[in-house]
Amino acid sequence: MKKPHVGFRALAFLVALTGAITAYAQQEKPWEKIPVPPLHEFKPQQPKRIELKNGIVIFLQEDHELPFVNGSILIPGGARDEDAGKTGLVSLYGQTWRTSGTEKMDGDAMDDLLESKAAHIETGGGPASTSLSWDSLKGDADQVFSLALDLLLHPKFNEEKLQLAKQQEATGIVRRNDDESSIASREAAKLVYGPDSPYTRQPELATVGKVTIADLQAWHDRTMGGKLIIGVSGDFDPVAMEARLRGAFEGLPTAKPLPPHHDSFQQPKQAVYFINKEDVNQSNVQIAGLGTDRHNPDVPALTVMNDILGGGFASRLFQKIRTEKGLAYEVGGGFGYAYDHPALFRVVVLTQSTSTVDATKLALEEIAGLTTRPFTEDELKRAKDNILNQFLFLYDTKEKVLAEQERLEFYGYPADYLVTYEAALKKVTLADVTAAAKKYIHPKELAVLVVGNQAEMKPGLDALDLGPVHPIDITIPQPSGPGGAPNPGANQ
Amino acid sequence: MTTFFRHWRFALALLAAAIIGRGAGAQDLKSFEQRITTKVLPNGLTIIICERPEAPVFSYTTFVDAGDANDPSGQSGLAHMFEHLAFKGTTQIGTKDWPAEKKALDKVEEANNAYEAEYLKPVGRDEAKLAELKKAFQQAQQDAHQYVIPNQFTEVAERSGANDLNAQTGLDETQYFWAMPENRLELWAWLESSRLYDVVPREFYKERDVVMEERRMRVDSNPIGRLIEQFLATAYVAHPYHRPNVGWASELSQINATEAMAFHRKYYVGSNLVVAVVGDVKAAETLPMLEKYFGRIPGGPKPEEMTTVEPRQFAEKTVTIVEQSQPFYIEGYHRPSYRDPDDAVYDAISDIFSNGRVSRLYRSLVRDQQIAAEAEGFSPFPGVKYPGLFAFYAVPLPGHTPEEMRTAIHKEIDKLKNADVSDEELQMFKTRTRADLLRGLADNQGLATALAEYQTRYGNWRELFQQLDRVDKVSKADIRRVANKVFVDTNRTSASIETKAPASPAPGTKGGAQ
Repeated sequence: MKKPHVGFRALAFLVALTGAITAYAQQEKPWEKIPVPPLHEFKPQQPKRIELKNGIVIFLQEDHELPFVNGSILIPGGARDEDAGKTGLVSLYGQTWRTSGTEKMDGDAMDDLLESKAAHIETGGGPASTSLSWDSLKGDADQVFSLALDLLLHPKFNEEKLQLAKQQEATGIVRRNDDESSIASREAAKLVYGPDSPYTRQPELATVGKVTIADLQAWHDRTMGGKLIIGVSGDFDPVAMEARLRGAFEGLPTAKPLPPHHDSFQQPKQAVYFINKEDVNQSNVQIAGLGTDRHNPDVPALTVMNDILGGGFASRLFQKIRTEKGLAYEVGGGFGYAYDHPALFRVVVLTQSTSTVDATKLALEEIAGLTTRPFTEDELKRAKDNILNQFLFLYDTKEKVLAEQERLEFYGYPADYLVTYEAALKKVTLADVTAAAKKYIHPKELAVLVVGNQAEMKPGLDALDLGPVHPIDITIPQPSGPGGAPNPGANQ
Repeated sequence: MTTFFRHWRFALALLAAAIIGRGAGAQDLKSFEQRITTKVLPNGLTIIICERPEAPVFSYTTFVDAGDANDPSGQSGLAHMFEHLAFKGTTQIGTKDWPAEKKALDKVEEANNAYEAEYLKPVGRDEAKLAELKKAFQQAQQDAHQYVIPNQFTEVAERSGANDLNAQTGLDETQYFWAMPENRLELWAWLESSRLYDVVPREFYKERDVVMEERRMRVDSNPIGRLIEQFLATAYVAHPYHRPNVGWASELSQINATEAMAFHRKYYVGSNLVVAVVGDVKAAETLPMLEKYFGRIPGGPKPEEMTTVEPRQFAEKTVTIVEQSQPFYIEGYHRPSYRDPDDAVYDAISDIFSNGRVSRLYRSLVRDQQIAAEAEGFSPFPGVKYPGLFAFYAVPLPGHTPEEMRTAIHKEIDKLKNADVSDEELQMFKTRTRADLLRGLADNQGLATALAEYQTRYGNWRELFQQLDRVDKVSKADIRRVANKVFVDTNRTSASIETKAPASPAPGTKGGAQ
């Protein structure tokens, strides 16, 4: 039932410029007469938090609507913590862990058993953590949990499965320049963080080729000593489940925290960068700088500013570049904030080759306008309405509430973070947004990256008047010497 | 990209390792019977309400039984273009002065017609006159623009809490949807019913430029997009499934507002619409209000069904595109529509060939032969309503070719034709289908879409559950019979990407753009 769909917009967004309405006979606004009764009272069900003596934290979220039980274990440490010379290790680990299986049951046998029950156990690796998750019908929950636990405690990494994972990685590497938007997103991040940053370095055939089974086992042993966060949700008896989980995890040694990160981050210099792609007729323009993290007390003001800049239909970028000029289908962006490191400031515009310069200039004007064009009370109110009236959708399911608690626990934020965040958003004033824009928006410290078809770009990027255009070489390095490459084509 | 922006909204930096999405919904047909109310209004429109008071929110899907397969000849992309128009407001919202705007919009249409007539002249086109007409056309748009309150419709919705507001147009259908706090149900009913019947051709030509950019993004600048367009254009000769749903560039760029409004009059009638609402909504209390608003939509007959039936294919057809991107292979076989008694048999074949690491294509091409990174069979494609294709694709590992993918896929198809699937494989399909159905009912939005779609396609949302009976009846013999009927050489269309190096030494090694 895969259907290609074309959506009205790819972006979920927001605010408007209503201009000179008063000059015209005011139309009636029938929607303003529609009553809005008070919202039904709602206290989202919080999961039960259990902290074991060894530091491991368990969350239990009962949900009896459906006969399923789902669980996950978050394990601190991810790709940003791997050895740069073996970039790709965590991704290989995330794939090989599950496909290899355990001493008692190899991965293929596990596939057969689980699929016959419509159950799943999966492992994965990301930038900050790895994970093991499982789900099954209620009746199979005990057996599936036992298997998941066996995989957690007794994995048996298998050479053939590592080779399979390396082939997957190699495929991703040789195909990474096929798609214009992934080139643009990746290279824009590199312009800000630097190419060797733990947040942007990319796996190469050579780095992937160096990873061994011993590396996977060493990674596993190291991260398993960390503070695991376990979340179980669904249709279970809470007393029995707690006992089961305590029995499984209380015996593990005391969790050791990972060494803290000491990455340095800086704003890029303003410059224009270009990557030529002959097989496209649309440019992907990314304007990027350094963002912030959620510990920053200005985040509520920045959230409102983002909404005004590029959050939705009524945002300045959307109104100007898409609605008024018809220059883009996809346009938007804002000042990002991650949980424990600075995210990116990023504005993205996709426009046909010939309008690259026009659209880029308009986007730059709107960014600069954050510090020069005063925010209006209308804009502020609209942005706050958007954010606060949709805030409910951050916790409208038990699953979302559980995931949020796991996330807050993982990054060390207080459990009532959303409550204080919402209260802070309500208090944001025009002065706050203005001050935040002045403090954080530095139009002269943004990198402008264009991926597009040079032959079609008329005028060319020189017309941006931002100095020389710096080409970026994205050629995929071929590994040299024996043993460097993962030999993706070999049969076993 | 989509996901990136979605999450950026509140900068929910996701944890590195995503937690597998898991559902909640409800259990069986009986429990649904008690919570679902269906009402057909005098204008023919069907409202479905499913009470699921888990949180004070609701989601809705409006399902229009018309998509780009219904675009008139020469107007490919029209259904999708109209969908964009449905966000531009009505005579009441989005305008400073509707009577004045109406006059201005009529002039825009006249100016466009005059320009187009000159532009399309096969001989004797007067370039000076054309430039003048273009200027007049642009001026007329500017005149109309002064009455517009841009994006007011979506602004009111989003300020009132509309979340994940969007729409999508396929070849078979058009869907509109969002989620909202439950205390805005009446506001939603006003907004949604208004845009369904009272739409106006506001900012049509600017929006057409936006949709042209959408085409460049999805098709022109994407190698797989280009391949799929050629694949379908090759597989179908008569049926409209041969056209891309975003439209051919030449036709999309010439669609006018008059055509879009005509499409609306014909297809946006009550009998062609199903609206499903799922969440914290009480049917008994809200139905009268919903009837009042949605009753405003005109009745009119259900549009006539399409007469075109794709003729039988006589020989294999093949298309190869030479690209700078890495190789890819896809092939497809014509199969009947979802109404065919064997529909569930096709689902069984998809499942056995493609579902996870136990699937035949994974085990054969990925795990054992190690020639592909990914391989799947899926169906129906590109649509459900009319006879579609059963397709197979594979992503070659570095150093392997589309030809090897083709050979390996055919070997698996031959096995299916010559030997029964195992008891375990068949049982796995049935167990997973049942569990996936439950999981799929997980959220309000998914459920709203499923109810609306089944109500439209089968005339009864209960078929969502009753289909399991057909799934249970699928036998090994059925699978062999269907495989032997459909997977034959003369019924095949294949398409592949072959790789050539770019003209410049490597991407990006040349100097900056001039």
